[in-house]
Amino acid sequence: MRIELERRASASSLFALVSPILALVLTLLAGAIMFLMLGKDPGHALYSFFIEPLLEVWSLHELAIKAAPLILIAVGLSVCYRSNNWNIGAEGQFTMGAICGSMLPILVPQWQSPLVLPLMLVMGAIGGALFAGIPALLKTRFNTNEILVSLMLVYIAQLFLDWLVRGPWRDPKGFNFPQSVSFSADAVLPELLESGRAHWAIVFALVAAVAVWFMMRYMLKGFQVTVLGSSERAGRFAGFSSRRMVWFSLMLSGACAGLAGISEVSGSIGHLQPSISPGYGFTAIIVAFLGRLNPLGIIASGFVLALTYLGGEAAQLSIGVSDKVTRVFQGLLLFFVLSCDTLILYRIRLIFSDGRASAEARSPHA
Amino acid sequence: MTDAQGPQAGSLLSVEGLTKLFGSFAACNAIDLSVAPGEIHALLGENGAGKSTLVKMLFGVLQPSAGEIVWMGKPVTVTSPGEARRLGIGMVFQHFSLFEALTVAENIALSLDPKIPLAKIADEAATLSRAYGLPLDPNSHVADLSVGERQRIEIVRALLQNPKLIILDEPTSVLTPQEADKLFETLFKLKAEGRSVLYISHRLEEVQRICDRATVLRHGKVTGACDPRTETPASLARMMVGSDVASVEREAEPSLGEVLVDVKALSVAARTPFAVPLSNLDLQVRAGEVLAIAGVAGNGQGELFDAISGEYPVTDDQSIRLRGRPVGRMGINGRRLLGAGFVPEERHGHAAVSDMSLSDNLLLSRNQSDRKAFLTGGMSGVIRHGVIRQATQRICAAMDVRKSGEDPAAGSLSGGNLQKFIIGRELDRQPSVLVVNQPTWGVDAGAARRIRQALIDLARAGSAVIVISQDLDEIFEVATNIAVISEGRLSRPYPAGELSLEKIGLLMGGVHDSSSHAEGAHAH
Repeated sequence: MRIELERRASASSLFALVSPILALVLTLLAGAIMFLMLGKDPGHALYSFFIEPLLEVWSLHELAIKAAPLILIAVGLSVCYRSNNWNIGAEGQFTMGAICGSMLPILVPQWQSPLVLPLMLVMGAIGGALFAGIPALLKTRFNTNEILVSLMLVYIAQLFLDWLVRGPWRDPKGFNFPQSVSFSADAVLPELLESGRAHWAIVFALVAAVAVWFMMRYMLKGFQVTVLGSSERAGRFAGFSSRRMVWFSLMLSGACAGLAGISEVSGSIGHLQPSISPGYGFTAIIVAFLGRLNPLGIIASGFVLALTYLGGEAAQLSIGVSDKVTRVFQGLLLFFVLSCDTLILYRIRLIFSDGRASAEARSPHA
Repeated sequence: MTDAQGPQAGSLLSVEGLTKLFGSFAACNAIDLSVAPGEIHALLGENGAGKSTLVKMLFGVLQPSAGEIVWMGKPVTVTSPGEARRLGIGMVFQHFSLFEALTVAENIALSLDPKIPLAKIADEAATLSRAYGLPLDPNSHVADLSVGERQRIEIVRALLQNPKLIILDEPTSVLTPQEADKLFETLFKLKAEGRSVLYISHRLEEVQRICDRATVLRHGKVTGACDPRTETPASLARMMVGSDVASVEREAEPSLGEVLVDVKALSVAARTPFAVPLSNLDLQVRAGEVLAIAGVAGNGQGELFDAISGEYPVTDDQSIRLRGRPVGRMGINGRRLLGAGFVPEERHGHAAVSDMSLSDNLLLSRNQSDRKAFLTGGMSGVIRHGVIRQATQRICAAMDVRKSGEDPAAGSLSGGNLQKFIIGRELDRQPSVLVVNQPTWGVDAGAARRIRQALIDLARAGSAVIVISQDLDEIFEVATNIAVISEGRLSRPYPAGELSLEKIGLLMGGVHDSSSHAEGAHAH
């Protein structure tokens, strides 16, 4: 007996919906086995990992805070990936956006105006976009691989931030801690509701998701993205420029990541410090794929991945496991999502060694 | 299990009730077929008739849903192509299964015993390809080879394995008449050695010329078995398409108008090290004219199409004029706005995106030329899906495109139906200039006739049509004038009536008569 993947006549719309759910279930199962092997009660562990964070108002706010950058970055990445440009460096664009947006409150703290915040956000987006422009330039000019370039630029951005907050941008009154000055009230992204910390970033994320969804579904630009992503030659036949698409997709995703970066610094942290992200830029890659590269799906998957961050923090406290569990869950999830996606285009057949036996087994189905 | 079991005890291969289901669709429905040792057996049928599915089951690429394959008197289960090769079945696919990044010799080595050294394989392949008149450099990379050359690899690869039965799927579609003759000699030689050949073709004359028996398929079922030599092409075609195939109608003396396409001294350097450079090409097409450009694959046809369509603009703006306007540096959509339409050779991934719907594929080529109708105005460029879907239905109705569902993915259509849609997409605009590369490559007889008729009708209505083709039957059917491309150079145009097969064969083989350019200058 052997297992065979048989190509479906057309993509299964049922499995397009079921596959992410199946992946979630398999992730939970694998997680339960992992907890069991660690000697923890899997029921209790999974409960405190995935359910407990949803029961309190304050932690729902935390969920929104963590989901916002994930969704915002993943929405930009979805355009990139659909156009067959592989931006892996959103973490770096996130960092660069945070640095550029923070220039105003750090370098001219005395300027108090309602204009400060919008300008910061715009500068953050521009900073992220320009930083993503580096792999675009190198790809279109010298035919370099954007995966490697964008990934390596992450470390440059992180070390640049590290140098800034330990050197020129360090708060002189900060007791030598590697931190910038705290942002003034005008430079802080306001909270949404009285009940908790959630700020406007989640609104930016949702608006961006809906806007990109509309573009991909109803606008010629989105059509260009899809065509060039499926076949560069067909895109050329349609008169679309793949070179310009490299620029567009990378800079759009860079701008989204940059906006997420400055929103996070301005809304959640309030100053610059060496580490401003628990790996949002990388986790957003999982978010994008779990959401089927569809901006509306990304909203849902963004919340799921945000929950793994919260669960990891909770699990440290309540069941005493390392917060590395978060990474394990995220990795498991990506693995199962990609493998379950096979079922959309293929069906699984069990072929028994005697060809006719399997033919009989199959014929009633047909 | 004894070998007396099958009804065709003396046959090399016999197939009983072979069925292949894709979901509920029966691509092959209870096929019976038998091939005797030492015969050339034709498998005839339209695109989508189930020929490819049938041979894929024989070669172990697909597993049958029901039925039995009997090989040399014993029922067998062919689980993989490797198993088929071990049994002694060789196959030349219509769609090539080659790794583009590897060399010719490496591709051949993949299907042989891994212990044979590569140099030996390269040697044998070179010898064999010379012997069979299929010139091939074993060390060149597949990515740099034309469609015709890639098919040669497949043929040589199958012959190298010394098979008892060799299955050939449309092998002559990219060969010159002389090369085809050489291939037929090869096939006769194989036959004389006692080997069998299962020969799939649309070309009825060929089948009559070389095949001993024929099995005809339609809609996944066997509709006839005959001796092709006792049939007429018309009777074979009737079995194949189920109705009489009319030949195309055309006027004897079309009246020609003004010059719509004027290419002067067009030279294009090779874009990649292995592309064919175009040198000093001249051509003119007038309203009402069909200019056919004949030639063997890989002699600059693709490069010529790229230059005329504007997919790759050229440096000299004046070297290409459309309706009097210099357009050499203009992009493809600018040329479309001047009234030109283009149909490239490759359907999947060039003329159409396979996994997109037909209506999206309509937008593909007409996103600027029909901007007013298909998009709402302004910067936003919102797509009017409803309007485009209506236009899609109109095109499908006009060209008799058979499809499942209202707006299926382009990839789900058979080759012929997709090609009808791709041609209809351009015709729907009433282009004043249409450039088509290989209009009926891999398309069944019914669809091919329809496409050729549409090209002639377009010219008759006053458009200029350029048809780049390797199919000489097609060229003589549609052309007003014929020019031959060879090694990136174009012969002067000859009126279709004045050109003999022999002369065209010589031109395709690169025998330029020295006075051609001088004559061409006078003719204009």
